Amino acid sequence: MWASGLTVLAILLVITGFVVIRGIGAIDLEFISAMPIAGGREGGILPMIVGTLCIIAISTIVATPIAVASGIYLTEYAGTHPLSKIVTFGAEWLAGIPSIIFGLFGFAFFVVLLEWGFSILSGGMILACMILNETIRTTQEAIKAVPGSYREASYALGATKWQTVSRVVLPSAAPGILTGVILGIGRAAGETAALMLTAGSFMALPTSLFSSVRPMSLHVYLLAIAEIHPGAVARAFGTATLLILTVLIANLSSRAIKNYYTRGLRQER
Amino acid sequence: MSYTGERLKIVVRNLNVYYGKTQALKDVSLDVQANKVTAVIGPSGCGKSTFIRTLNRMNDIIPGTRVEGKITLEGQDIYGNNVSAVEVRRRVGMVFQKSNPFPKSIFENVAYGLRINGLITRESGSLRERIEKALADAALWDEVKDRLNTSAFELSIGQQQRLCIARALAIEPEVILFDEPCSALDPIATAKIEDLLRDLKSKYTIVIVTHSMQQAARVSDLTGFFLLGEMVEYGLTSEIFSRPKDKRTEDYITGRFG
Ligand SMILES: Nc1ncnc2c1ncn2[C@@H]1O[C@H](COP(=O)(O)OP(=O)(O)O)[C@@H](O)[C@H]1O
Ligand SMILES: [Mg+2]
Repeated sequence: MWASGLTVLAILLVITGFVVIRGIGAIDLEFISAMPIAGGREGGILPMIVGTLCIIAISTIVATPIAVASGIYLTEYAGTHPLSKIVTFGAEWLAGIPSIIFGLFGFAFFVVLLEWGFSILSGGMILACMILNETIRTTQEAIKAVPGSYREASYALGATKWQTVSRVVLPSAAPGILTGVILGIGRAAGETAALMLTAGSFMALPTSLFSSVRPMSLHVYLLAIAEIHPGAVARAFGTATLLILTVLIANLSSRAIKNYYTRGLRQER
Repeated sequence: MSYTGERLKIVVRNLNVYYGKTQALKDVSLDVQANKVTAVIGPSGCGKSTFIRTLNRMNDIIPGTRVEGKITLEGQDIYGNNVSAVEVRRRVGMVFQKSNPFPKSIFENVAYGLRINGLITRESGSLRERIEKALADAALWDEVKDRLNTSAFELSIGQQQRLCIARALAIEPEVILFDEPCSALDPIATAKIEDLLRDLKSKYTIVIVTHSMQQAARVSDLTGFFLLGEMVEYGLTSEIFSRPKDKRTEDYITGRFG
């Protein structure tokens, strides 16, 4: 048992350690605040950071309400209705589709058919589809974790189902839902293949939702496959290190929220 | 069994309750008198909770429950087609075995029922006054008046239970159901709630489930003894405890089983 645990830990440390050791040296104030020069071989990665943030923002803004609404519907209202199984199955299936296929769809639908072009909007929408399942699942878990005694108390005061859900269940589940949203952000930050075909790889600062951007993850890929150049390699590792840190921070903060929240619940019983 | 001359608040006739295929209550008929404390006693699992939860339709939220028979509140059939469970619960409040305040402030816990039922008028101060009154009626005001905005979870368990009582009182129901409200409390906290029950009956009709016969004897006017889903005997508390008519009641109150 603990040997397998050690193996996992070792793999984690080797991969992240390797990347971080090679990348940390490239990160300074200029790296995160300057424009790239010579195709990214020199200068900083400001537009990539901004592009990534914009895409994450769009995907979160689009996915969260849909996921929370579905999560509430599935846990509170659907019961054994066949639609519930279909939605759950659909969302799970969505999560299993390889990301390049999301990219292909996003390209054909958002980029070409809707004429959004390679853009923050196209990339954000396709990421929204990709993080939907996980956010629905965390919402469902968070809602199920709300003690039944709260609902009873609310109903006993003459509350309707919707009043109970909106005023008692959702506020209690909010920290858990937030955890799911943050995990979704962490996942979105690292997505590459789907964004290659939807967000493009333009290296300027975006000016609108229809601007093409080069997400950080894609920047890592493009620098790495370019001809060997010490500046490019260093910046690829530097960008990768920032991504690792972002995902780490997302995971740690969602864990912190979850701990804080479950501790609160335990005390309440 | 009815007592002529007394005003009846709730009339239960031939009540059968099923959880799926298992029958939890068998042909229960009982009259709850207005402004009296009615105690429901009996060994664990005999259907006491099931019984009082039919009085405010709380069993409706458990899937697979079936209720047969008739229950009227002031003459109105609470399971009638034109009556909603929400309306019934608005008139028949409930306090649970485990105190269950919301994860909100003391103030918001009491305000909740007023808000959802649209009982807050625009006059300033009115909400605060109603909350103060409810907390005072639940004998909690003096202990919390300086910290209304702190979390309800910072109160002791006994205070939390009185907060739940205040929360139920705030919307001014006609009947309040208590399901073993003191089972998690120490004797001092229990005594406070028992005092409260005696005070409340001038304004409210009270039904209390208890597994403590001493408590039933101390606080109630009438007592019903339940066994295996049946109501064995119902009458004045003083008579049930001094001259039980049924052998099973006698065995229970003398501690021969249960
Ligand atoms: N939600 C439920 N589903 C199935 N059976 C239940 C449920 N609640 C109670 N029961 C059963 O109904 C019977 C009466 O339970 P209850 O009313 O809780 O008794 P009491 O409050 O007197 O201890 C018990 O046999 C119990 O197992
Ligand atoms: Mg019980």
